[in-house]
Amino acid sequence: MALKVLLPVALRHLTGNRDEVELSGESVGEVIDGLVRRFPQLKPHLLNDEGQVRNFVNLYINDEDVRYLQEDRTPVKEGDVLSIVPSIAGGNLRAVEAASESLDLSQDEIQRYSRHLIMPEVGMEGQKKLKAASILLVGTGGLGAPLGLYLSAAGIGKLGLVDFDTVEFSNLQRQVIHGTKDVGRPKLDSAREKILDINPNVRVETYEAMLTSDNALDIIAGYDIVIDGTDNFPTRYLVNDACVLLNKPNVYGSIFRFEGQASVFDARQGPCYRCLYPEPPPPGLVPSCAEGGVLGILPGIIGLVQATEAVKLILGSGRSLVGRLILYDALQMKFRELKLRKNPKCPLCGEQPTIKALIDYQQFCGISPQAAAGADAPEESDEMTPKELKTMLDNGGTPVILDVREPHEYDICRLPGSVLIPLGQLGQRMGELNSDDEIVVHCKLGGRSAKAVEQMQKAGFSNVKNLTGGIDRWSQEVDSSVPRY
Amino acid sequence: MVVKLKREHPLAIQAHGEATYPNECCGLMLGRLVQGDKHILELLPAENARKEGEQHNRFLISPRTMFEAEQRAREKGMDVLGFYHSHPNAEARPSQFDLDHAWPFYSYLIVSVSLGRAGAMTCWRLTDDRSRFSPEEFEAG
Repeated sequence: MALKVLLPVALRHLTGNRDEVELSGESVGEVIDGLVRRFPQLKPHLLNDEGQVRNFVNLYINDEDVRYLQEDRTPVKEGDVLSIVPSIAGGNLRAVEAASESLDLSQDEIQRYSRHLIMPEVGMEGQKKLKAASILLVGTGGLGAPLGLYLSAAGIGKLGLVDFDTVEFSNLQRQVIHGTKDVGRPKLDSAREKILDINPNVRVETYEAMLTSDNALDIIAGYDIVIDGTDNFPTRYLVNDACVLLNKPNVYGSIFRFEGQASVFDARQGPCYRCLYPEPPPPGLVPSCAEGGVLGILPGIIGLVQATEAVKLILGSGRSLVGRLILYDALQMKFRELKLRKNPKCPLCGEQPTIKALIDYQQFCGISPQAAAGADAPEESDEMTPKELKTMLDNGGTPVILDVREPHEYDICRLPGSVLIPLGQLGQRMGELNSDDEIVVHCKLGGRSAKAVEQMQKAGFSNVKNLTGGIDRWSQEVDSSVPRY
Repeated sequence: MVVKLKREHPLAIQAHGEATYPNECCGLMLGRLVQGDKHILELLPAENARKEGEQHNRFLISPRTMFEAEQRAREKGMDVLGFYHSHPNAEARPSQFDLDHAWPFYSYLIVSVSLGRAGAMTCWRLTDDRSRFSPEEFEAG
């Protein structure tokens, strides 16, 4: 049977610019076979590796789609017109449920992921979803480390890493993605190296920057899921707000000493971080891990709760932590669970949202540039750098050096001749100090001591200064024999 | 080969992307090949044939729409030369899914729509070995 085949413009450069071809055959399949024999370059566009018509190629006999007839067995008759009609699909396929339509796993990948593939809950389909997925890790520290290790091993297709720190010795107790040889290197470099060593199939994108209101939307837009592994409130609110504005799930975790929390914030289905904590705590009230310490193993547990939730979101299986907050206590070895509800009055995801763009999160969290190291911006004259203190001591100055850290920190290192009064006891023990003395107050990093200075000034101390950067900066700039912790 | 849009086309594509936000919009670009350049003469907005709930990150132009557009173009001595679609809250770059479903020759114009506002537009063409998209020059006026 002779019939006419109409070609879409997309294929004509492969057929010598012909827009129609006369061919013969008994069925649609035979005609297509004849077509690709005559124009072999058409084959990869029309047929898949198994020789089947690709699922984005539509064939019409006259004006009937052959899918609703007998597919490639549909008989043809003299004078029919067979049209090849492209199916046009596409889009920003980050939500991964359609990944299985388009991705393949290599032999190597099939071996690598075999323990996933033999579980029906994952299988080829699930593994392809993981491969199609992209996750942004904000921070490659305590939480980011186990997240990076396990998510890359699990076969996530693209991991984005945001960090601007370098590896320090004090990181190694918990940030297991970095090793001793990495001290002094940018965290992004060592994290990328480790991830690619575990799984070279992962695409790693790095952003050597602090996440800010200026760059957050651009960076986050490129990912399916965001996992916040940072340790400060401005970033936590920034990540939350950007995720709500962009309709992305935000897998939350936080750690402190022996306790951790985790949840999934997805404002499309449940509460956001602001529903839980509408306002940040006053600066300095909640100590950071650098000030308060953290059990090194703890971020492993919480980070892997986050990793588990991310993988579940991608696979679309199980019950997610949306609307639930997990509280973990390592000393009691107990997990508790709290129900979280969406706040209808939430200014971000409530019924009448007032926040429609990113804001200044430093300001929102009460942190002004001068006070980055402490509470209500002390006057400059209330501050002293470690070098200035050293000069003063060398010139015979004899200030009282007040250490407001905890006794176990004092055991680690101290400035010579310093007096220890932990911040929490300062109110009751102020009488031990003379308000006319020249006093220099320090802690580890300068935050607690700034509060102490403010407290003492209110109590009438007139000549009291905060040592900026604390004993940590003293160690870096003046006396490296003082251990940093 | 340059894609030559009419002066009003970019705004129309951006407006379409904003109207369907947070879902993806899609449409066909009809025109003629003149000395190797693609002169786009008509935009044909299409329904996103994906199911509700999938439209925020995928688009599909139904075979029927495509078939009818091809017929309409042939009647007017034109061809379907490419397609446009939006990427809500994502960059205007082709995704792996775009690549896997792309055809050669056609121009794929992508507009990024962030928080309901249309932004950057880029234009792409599949390489003949199907391995990647290469950027395609486009202009309006």
